[in-house]
Amino acid sequence: MTNNDRKPGTRNAPSPVSIYKLLPRTNCQKCGQKTCMAFASKLVNREATLDECTPILEKSYEEAYRQLWKSLRPPVRQVVIGTGDKTVKIGGEFVIYRHELAYINPTAIAIDVTDELPCDQLLKRVKQIEDFTYTYLGRKLGLDLIAIRSTSNDPAKFAEATRVVAESSALPLVLCSLDPKVMKAGLELVSGKRPLLYAATKDNWKDMAELASTYKCPLVVRVPNDLKLLRSLTKDLMSADVDDLVLDPVTYPYEGIQDTLRNFSILRWISCKEGDELLGFPIAGTPIEAWEGHERSSEAATWKEAAVASLLITHYASLLIMHTLDGWALLPVVILRQNLYTDPRKPAAVEPGLRIFGEPDENSPVMFTTNFSLTYFTVSSDIESSPISNRCYLLVVDSEGVGVRTAAARASARKGGITVEGIAKAISESGVEQKVKHKTLIIPGLLANLKDEIEKLTGWKALIGPSNSAELPKFLEEHWYKNVQESS
Amino acid sequence: MRKTPFGEKTESPTSLEGLKIRFPGKIVTVKLGATRSEGGTRARSILIGGEEAPTFYHFAAPSPHLPVVACDVFDTKIPIPKAVKMHIEEVVDDPAEWAKLYVNKFGADMITLQLISIDPKIKDTSPKEAAKTVENVLQAVNVPLAVGGCGDPLKDLAVFKEVTEMAEGERLLISSISPWMNVREAAETVKKYDHVALALSGMDMNEARELNRALYCTLSREQIVMDPSTASLGSGLEFTYTLMARIRLAAVMGDDELQHPLSSGVTNAWFARESYRKMAPQWEPRELRGPMWETVTALTSIAAGCDFLMMMHPATIQTVKDLIQKLKESGSKRTLETADWISLRI
Repeated sequence: MTNNDRKPGTRNAPSPVSIYKLLPRTNCQKCGQKTCMAFASKLVNREATLDECTPILEKSYEEAYRQLWKSLRPPVRQVVIGTGDKTVKIGGEFVIYRHELAYINPTAIAIDVTDELPCDQLLKRVKQIEDFTYTYLGRKLGLDLIAIRSTSNDPAKFAEATRVVAESSALPLVLCSLDPKVMKAGLELVSGKRPLLYAATKDNWKDMAELASTYKCPLVVRVPNDLKLLRSLTKDLMSADVDDLVLDPVTYPYEGIQDTLRNFSILRWISCKEGDELLGFPIAGTPIEAWEGHERSSEAATWKEAAVASLLITHYASLLIMHTLDGWALLPVVILRQNLYTDPRKPAAVEPGLRIFGEPDENSPVMFTTNFSLTYFTVSSDIESSPISNRCYLLVVDSEGVGVRTAAARASARKGGITVEGIAKAISESGVEQKVKHKTLIIPGLLANLKDEIEKLTGWKALIGPSNSAELPKFLEEHWYKNVQESS
Repeated sequence: MRKTPFGEKTESPTSLEGLKIRFPGKIVTVKLGATRSEGGTRARSILIGGEEAPTFYHFAAPSPHLPVVACDVFDTKIPIPKAVKMHIEEVVDDPAEWAKLYVNKFGADMITLQLISIDPKIKDTSPKEAAKTVENVLQAVNVPLAVGGCGDPLKDLAVFKEVTEMAEGERLLISSISPWMNVREAAETVKKYDHVALALSGMDMNEARELNRALYCTLSREQIVMDPSTASLGSGLEFTYTLMARIRLAAVMGDDELQHPLSSGVTNAWFARESYRKMAPQWEPRELRGPMWETVTALTSIAAGCDFLMMMHPATIQTVKDLIQKLKESGSKRTLETADWISLRI
């Protein structure tokens, strides 16, 4: 490219019409859509895949299929690691910014073990990696792969560790050694399991390419801070028939991190905006580098590792290799990953209306919150994890999808958000008046200033609840059940 | 070069040669604080903004100024998470001492004095008294200051009028002017006494834009910093992250109503329950989990394009300042040619 000033453009997304023109246009509905046009829209929005259209796979459509495949494939190739249920997909991305479409495959996290760990410690660590789960907004967050490092550089030891890990866990593996002999010894024991090989370098790439191609495994290409060399190496590897590549431009923790973030950004830019196919691969980061020079279970190293991991997650990392298993450091990292990989096209609001928890009776409390999904899920999970879960009503009021804090600010400025009229309407439409014999509504503490107006307009008594729904059980214990018992 | 399912290969024409991407827009540079020669009493003033590319696009245009760390000091007792409280317990009754501790010991670039006590529902502190507290903090530390209200649109305006007049010429960052207050009057007092406005909007790009338009009637572009609202890690961070990234991208693409430095209320991290509450042993200690929560929120804000970070925990401040410094410097002493981490004995 001779033009030095490249213009930042928007995503080169195909239009539904251009896709439609290449489809069979028979409206056969075999893909589950009513029309080929509807299927084309789904394809463009990445809500359907091309192979769901079975007729297009016929010989007569070969040229159309070829063109469709070209215009629909992701600029960042999707690479599959492992086999079976626990298969991990990385890459497959279309955009730089999530608001341009959505991020597709969440950053996979691999935790290391070494081939010099005594067998019992190795098994213990594998179990710890498998057991790491946290339930967040109804989803289970966990770790994805096990990275086996050859600290011994001894083929026999690496083979033994690989065997032990593969027999005790179904998680996909990353085999880590720059020595092809060591790599081969481990790889032979898990040959059908598609482990990720770490890594080909400018010195060993021919041998690594042969292993990757013989055993049909994805391969990491590692070139420290030199994207031109990285690009020429991927070209060589692709010529050697290794297509499932992962790029490691090398993670510099702290010192040099600017280079790392710049390299990650350029890789994503050049693949998504300029369609460079030699760099259109998932990116691997190694926050584990933060442990260089630190003792085992060092708090400082753990801290640094988690901070670097977070920065790389915000910078397009498809895979991270880490060491720490400390919950205090990994929890923020896995939640960050979950947050950024949520689909921004899905609405942030839940359906307004009455939610019934357990089997409430006519004396059960009635509370209300907004329909911003995060607020709703926080409040409902607080209710579900507490003793009040079997007996209460939660009225979800339309706040135009904003949370209580924002709704409160807007309400006090009379700028929408949540209105007293809206609350009154929600009460009458919900039919909750027929379900309980009291007329007391527990309102969020942050909306305390609406108390008088609510009472005036709805005829219900407004009881000011806590500002934080985590305190609901305690609040109800003190202000509700005691009173109900006294009055009944 | 990539194979199609039909076995053919295609090669793309791109290369890394001369990778220089031009963005047409530029963020305005805003000066916070004023030295004696500039009409104030600060030891130095701080510049933020001036970017000509999204954050970390150093290959397009390097950021001229680094993000600034401002630490929150409150003028009255508020519930503070244990993990933070243990570091500031000695000073929480005295905003001036609190500010000194943050600047002298923890390395804060700036202080944000949060005048919570003016809230009619809390202490209803008078504007005069609030201005006195600001004066005390100005005397205690010589860094630029941001001054925050309580969120009550009427009371905030009354206090801002008093504070801006008392601190004329100091280029305080007035936090904040929101669409739900009398924007014109608030902007006028900021203008009259030469300060800077933090424009707070409710997580909505159009609302942010409309507020800027309203402020342009009174203020110069160099007097506006934007706060599109911060939701922290685990509490809607993705909305903030994407909104800030969109604002910044639109700005460098040439949208001149959004070309302002961005501020983030990173302290909001402490609203997320996983940041402060006691959890099962595998997630403990919360004394580390909490500041890590705040750190991740801060780093995400920086990645989205933030220039100004309001924070609380000393460990967060140190990590973030350290990383900001490292982000400035290109080049590593270590080449990492041999992938030492593979054989690292840890």
